[in-house]
Amino acid sequence: MSHLVILRIVSKFLIPFIFLFALYVQWHGDFGPGGGFQAGVIFSSGFILYALIFGVSLTRQAAPAWLTRAALAIGVLLYSGVGVAGMVMGGNFLSYSVLADEPTHGQHLGILLVELGVGITVAAAMITIFLTFAGKDR
Amino acid sequence: MIIIALMGFMAVIGIAMARIRNLFAVVMLGGIFSLLGAAVYVILDAVDVGFTEAAVGAGISTVLLLGTLALTTSEEKVTPESRSLLSIVAVIVTGAVLVYGTLDMPRYGDPMAPINHHVVPRYIETSGDEVGLPNVVTSVLASYRGYDTLGETFVIFTAAVGVLAILGRSRRQPKRKRVKARKG
Repeated sequence: MSHLVILRIVSKFLIPFIFLFALYVQWHGDFGPGGGFQAGVIFSSGFILYALIFGVSLTRQAAPAWLTRAALAIGVLLYSGVGVAGMVMGGNFLSYSVLADEPTHGQHLGILLVELGVGITVAAAMITIFLTFAGKDR
Repeated sequence: MIIIALMGFMAVIGIAMARIRNLFAVVMLGGIFSLLGAAVYVILDAVDVGFTEAAVGAGISTVLLLGTLALTTSEEKVTPESRSLLSIVAVIVTGAVLVYGTLDMPRYGDPMAPINHHVVPRYIETSGDEVGLPNVVTSVLASYRGYDTLGETFVIFTAAVGVLAILGRSRRQPKRKRVKARKG
């Protein structure tokens, strides 16, 4: 669809704002609605919009297969790693209070990292699923 | 009032989805259905759920279904109509049982409802001191119920790995076929 000028220009204009909004939802989930899951989906929708208009092969240059596959695992590992870190520092699995000097600071840090892990995995999963579907020849 | 109108729209869309044979239109109606569902969640003060429904239900799943349509076909294959009495009875009985099940559910917002007792008062009263986040939903999701969210993340991970395992091996196809497909 890259020959449609209006689509091309408008989407190029919109995609940075989609990423910005995804990051806002990611980091602002502690205060308002949102969090890693929604942020990951919104972030991936930027890539999907690009892939719909400019094609899968151009999108694969921005998000190569090795990167999305690695990110898929990195998010889950980050989440689990925060849980294990809680165990190493003397708490239970996924207890964040021991991560910092003060319990609430530990909770903040833990939730931030955990939500980041969720966001990375969800974004990578959505991009992977879409590009795998769309990149398949008939 | 608004919620009744939204529910009415959802019912109409549901019937339309069952009757329309053009799968492209069905997918689009599915997206609209999810968006209306998200609006209902927002009216019910479940902003986080509404957000997720709008992003996943109306956004990603619509796009994924469209991708599937691009790989398969966008016309439903009509099977010869068979109006068996048994299926109608099964549908009506199931629907009646579901409606019967909702009869003794507490009214929406009832302070005496079980869902507003148990652990919820504790979350609302002490999560500010224990976790220190203004959004209780995030505290419950990421901290109190961290195990569940970890499980959900693994579900997403597994879904992507499953898709990769089934579809992500296009490189092994014979080269001749791929070139032909691209030209066609």
